[in-house]
Amino acid sequence: MSTDAPSSSDIQPGAYQYGFHDSTEFYSFKSRKGLDEEIVSQISAMKQEPEWMRDFRLQSLQIFESRPMPDWGGDLGELDFNDIYYYMKAAAEQGRSWDDVPDDIRKTYDRLGIPEAEKKYLAGVKAQYESEVVYGSLREDLEKQGVIFTDTDSALRDHPELFREYFGTVIPSGDNKFAALNSAVWSGGSFIYVPKGVAIDFPLQAYFRINSQNMGQFERTLIIVDEGASVHYVEGCTAPTYSSDSLHSAVVEIIVKRGARCRYTTIQNWSNNVYNLVTKRAMVMADGLMEWIDGNLGSRLTMKYPAIWLMEPGARGETLSIAFAGESQHQDAGAKMVHCAPNTSSRIISKSISRGGGRSSYRGLVKVQKNAENCRSNVVCDALILDSESRSDTYPYIEVEEENVAIEHEASVSRIAEEQLFYLMSRGMSEAEASAMIVTGFVEPLVKELPMEYAVELNRLIELQMEGSVG
Amino acid sequence: MSSVLKVSDLHVSVGETPILKGVNLEIGQGEIHALMGPNGSGKSTLAYALAGHPNYSVTGGTIEVDGVNITEMEADERARLGMFLAFQYPVVIPGVKVADFLRHAVTNVRNPDRKEGEGLIGMREFRKELRSRMTELGMDHEFARRYLNDGFSGGEKKRMEILQLAMLQPRFAILDETDSGLDSDAVRVVSEGLARLSGPQMGVLIITHHERLLEFNTPQFTHVMLGGRIVETGDAALANELHSNGYAEVRKRHPQAAAEEAAAEEALA
Repeated sequence: MSTDAPSSSDIQPGAYQYGFHDSTEFYSFKSRKGLDEEIVSQISAMKQEPEWMRDFRLQSLQIFESRPMPDWGGDLGELDFNDIYYYMKAAAEQGRSWDDVPDDIRKTYDRLGIPEAEKKYLAGVKAQYESEVVYGSLREDLEKQGVIFTDTDSALRDHPELFREYFGTVIPSGDNKFAALNSAVWSGGSFIYVPKGVAIDFPLQAYFRINSQNMGQFERTLIIVDEGASVHYVEGCTAPTYSSDSLHSAVVEIIVKRGARCRYTTIQNWSNNVYNLVTKRAMVMADGLMEWIDGNLGSRLTMKYPAIWLMEPGARGETLSIAFAGESQHQDAGAKMVHCAPNTSSRIISKSISRGGGRSSYRGLVKVQKNAENCRSNVVCDALILDSESRSDTYPYIEVEEENVAIEHEASVSRIAEEQLFYLMSRGMSEAEASAMIVTGFVEPLVKELPMEYAVELNRLIELQMEGSVG
Repeated sequence: MSSVLKVSDLHVSVGETPILKGVNLEIGQGEIHALMGPNGSGKSTLAYALAGHPNYSVTGGTIEVDGVNITEMEADERARLGMFLAFQYPVVIPGVKVADFLRHAVTNVRNPDRKEGEGLIGMREFRKELRSRMTELGMDHEFARRYLNDGFSGGEKKRMEILQLAMLQPRFAILDETDSGLDSDAVRVVSEGLARLSGPQMGVLIITHHERLLEFNTPQFTHVMLGGRIVETGDAALANELHSNGYAEVRKRHPQAAAEEAAAEEALA
């Protein structure tokens, strides 16, 4: 482990530009490493939570401990749960304006461009730093319409009934080992409630930043979109580059009520030492629409399969995901669609790029329950492999218990075609430029779904990933 | 000084198989050359070798532009020196818009010393130029927003190649069967387009089976390829003769090349 860590003004060499970190000396609280009942109780006490939540956490800890490590997906062999800090609080208070945020932390978000973006095109922002949200804002008119956009801890305190009605109903602690872990030690995350019929015109954004080495970040997000309402929520994630690993294990629960719409966009750009093990699931009621747009760059290992449960007739679900696996990275990503009611439809478009020995896997499930007639599902997975050291796999699972359904699945794997490279090079582009152009084109169907600012950002990130990929 | 593309005793293999066996050819700026010959005689191989395709290895001889040996150069360097190949089978690049592609291409070709990551040519002037070129070629401006060759008809692909030619304004253009697979209206459009673009600044090598492309682009020189060599060179009259009579007479006049052609065909069978 390196002791001469660079200061926050240093940018680490290499393509990953968010690898800088701040000093942790000013932190107002830092748990000891490791996980046990004492730590869990301490987190709950720090947060002055009601008893039911403390009990929920402790039960979840037991579930976590009783479950084996998953033996499928990525290699979790080197993940040491005892070598992680489960709770760190950097700032004593959450700021309502950036001036209230401690200087070092504010500078970090400045470098990430968040306050700038907030001014230009966001309806609200949450900035989470380590375990707690350090800054929050929401446009005044939305607040007046009854929109709630707050961190999940505050929601438990300020909106206890709404909170308790939905919390853990989409993803129970027992869902999987990492959902149980999150349920035991969760901290931060976004809580959104959009009242009936309210359409939020600009995106709400949350930005998750890990700063410390061996940090575990376990945000918990809960979004309720009431009947006929709509919201677009965007999250971004970065972390410093360290020689030892950090863990990010979030749980995201979404309820989309009758005729409502929710779009959830993730641009994840973790450094290469982060295990990113996330459970995301939405339940969609009659004629509602849920869309996951999921961009996975960075991390050491990502295991993430955003799910949509189509609970009532006319519900629709779409997942558009892209994974970029570079050197020493494994992106095990995909989507799940569960058709529980007739006349529901789903679409999955998954694209992956592997280069420099990286590995990407598509793992997806389409499930149609008995009596869910007239369902339609369409799955398209395309993988692009940039060199012979890299790898791509596809694991599509289809479980259909009803006959009258239309399920389509297409998968393709291609290497960057020599003919494409030659064609572009014969028009004056260098090999690197030509490769980048082919990759940009490959992800275009996803990029064009993003708001312009994020599209530009994603293209830039891909260009950075592509740098040095040729030669 | 007028530019010259000079091919001397060029030998090219694909894998282990020798295809070109000593091609000599000299094209001056402002000249139009037709290259004809039966299938498998090596015409497309010459086109790819001139453009620098990595699978076509030069085993002997040289390619020079104004005395600069480009035989070992990568395709992109050649393009920046003013070489252009209109592909017989243009390649589909999904997700890449025609306008974005062309802006990158034009930027590189017009600024041959550009470093990686340096800015592209101005959007406004580029768009204006692209639109006016498209209008000249009778192309819908919508084309600029489509993905490169993706879902294009045969005619649209070939017209796209001519649009690239128009934007890149190369010193030497090689057209590899740009007329193949087109109906007569499309051939006329392409042919007229080429006639408008080529001029005293451009040397053109037209590889074709048909005479229609040559109607508007009368060649000063017609070359006949057989068995991996250029066996005859004449003027426009030779092209007409070949169109009327085929290659039987040529084979008779060059029994050795004809024998090699037959042997190569047998090896493939």
